[in-house]
Amino acid sequence: MAELMQFVLSGLTVGAVYALVALGFTIIYNASDVVNFAQGEFVMLGGMITVFANMAGLPIPLAALTAIVVTAVAGVALNKLAIEPARGAPVVSLIIITIGASIFMRGLAQVVFDKQLHRFPAFTGDTPIMIMGATILPQALWVLFGALVVFAGLWAFFTRTLTGKAVLATSNNRLAAQLVGINTNWVMTMSFALSAGIGALAGVLVTPITNTSYDVGIALALKGFAAAMLGGMGNPIGALVGGLLLGLIEALTAGYISSVYKDAAAFVVILLVLFFMPRGIFGKSSTDRV
Amino acid sequence: MTTLLEVSGLGITFGGLKAVQDVGFRVNPGEIVSVIGPNGAGKTTLFNMISGVYKPSTGSVKLDGENVTSMDPYLLARRGLSRTFQNLQIFQTMTVLENAISGFHLQEMGPLLADLFHLPSMKSRAGKAETEARALLERVRLGNAAEKEASSLSYGALKRLEIARALALKPRVLLLDEPAAGCNAVETEEIDHLIAEVAASGVAILLVEHDMKMVMRISNHIVVLDHGEKIAEGRPEEVSRNPKVIEAYLGTEAANA
Repeated sequence: MAELMQFVLSGLTVGAVYALVALGFTIIYNASDVVNFAQGEFVMLGGMITVFANMAGLPIPLAALTAIVVTAVAGVALNKLAIEPARGAPVVSLIIITIGASIFMRGLAQVVFDKQLHRFPAFTGDTPIMIMGATILPQALWVLFGALVVFAGLWAFFTRTLTGKAVLATSNNRLAAQLVGINTNWVMTMSFALSAGIGALAGVLVTPITNTSYDVGIALALKGFAAAMLGGMGNPIGALVGGLLLGLIEALTAGYISSVYKDAAAFVVILLVLFFMPRGIFGKSSTDRV
Repeated sequence: MTTLLEVSGLGITFGGLKAVQDVGFRVNPGEIVSVIGPNGAGKTTLFNMISGVYKPSTGSVKLDGENVTSMDPYLLARRGLSRTFQNLQIFQTMTVLENAISGFHLQEMGPLLADLFHLPSMKSRAGKAETEARALLERVRLGNAAEKEASSLSYGALKRLEIARALALKPRVLLLDEPAAGCNAVETEEIDHLIAEVAASGVAILLVEHDMKMVMRISNHIVVLDHGEKIAEGRPEEVSRNPKVIEAYLGTEAANA
């Protein structure tokens, strides 16, 4: 029992990280149908900038804030310099552009920062908390809390606010959105800033647990993408549930079968979802007109 | 009467091809001006330039005296210019009602935080938008289809939905690109009445339509395009007798007969 509890707790910890990355995908996806594969790089930037700003003398909270703002600016730059000039290109081309941008950002981070592993101290210490014979790190609770707050914020944004609806309208039909008075360029700028900021926040929260280096983004982006697909791309609930579920599946596979199959389990689940529920657990079924 | 929409010397080139050249006319409040011409004459291109979808190479568009040439569509919407499309620009995966409500976007806008926390001011604005949207749908005979997904409607019904959304913006200038296309005779007549009604309320209407009977019946003024150039303009009865117009539509022999 204690063993199972331990697997569940580690699964939730990892799952919360995936959920935070997956939540970052939702905004850009909702605004433009583009899956932004540079999302993992935003997470990396969040962690790395915090580390280096901290080494330069800023206290952690201020360093984290700097990291989030700088990363949001990087997100806007990605949109202005790489996505907007290619407006009108098919979505697949735009997705490939984001892969290129992620490679570029990874390379740049290698030069600007370094190739070492870094971490900064956990927010509230490293003493594990005991729950029913199993342990969880206090920082994991911070990550879970962060994922819940971001989820609640995004959910309210998309279902309750006119700005959130303007984002959805922009992806549905950009010209029609313009016709009713929506400034679609601003919607895109804001979406990239928000997505990047959420990615950076994820980086700040997880670095004390997972450590960070210039190349952590790619693995996080893949797992976050898998989580978002599992839950249903574009839906905040899907991102949250998909992330936690993926973390649990990984932890249970690692615990009861073998840690060698940990990653395989995650991707087998994704394949099954794509075969049988291509729009994910919470995805809306689409009716294409014939 | 002051001119609401003034187009002068408007032209655009696509890679060396002059699609439209030197077209000019005025539309006053309450007036219905129709643009006619054979297929490929440049009518829709002209609409796209006026509404900011294309950036013209020459000429200017003035809205109530203000130069709005090449302005983005969302800024034109905020200045009271609204339009419909020949090939439909609808939010296909939203319901009919949501599409109509989207037209109230600018009137519904308020502070983001008030919105996020569902303050009463925002709720009442959203409620008002919904009531007005439903009334507009009744006006274009789509009241029964309000909860249906837009993509399930026929072409003619979607054309009327687009008109409802355009009217939701409470425009001063309304551009209608083939509003009656895909509609049966009864629906055409209803659209006919609707356009006349809207014009009577003081809106300046610019219309592209292939149904000549409708054009002749409701237009105050007609502009005729052929090969991207204005070949004639005037009152419906003047235009229909103009040999140049007959030639453009029917060929030289008919004009000489």
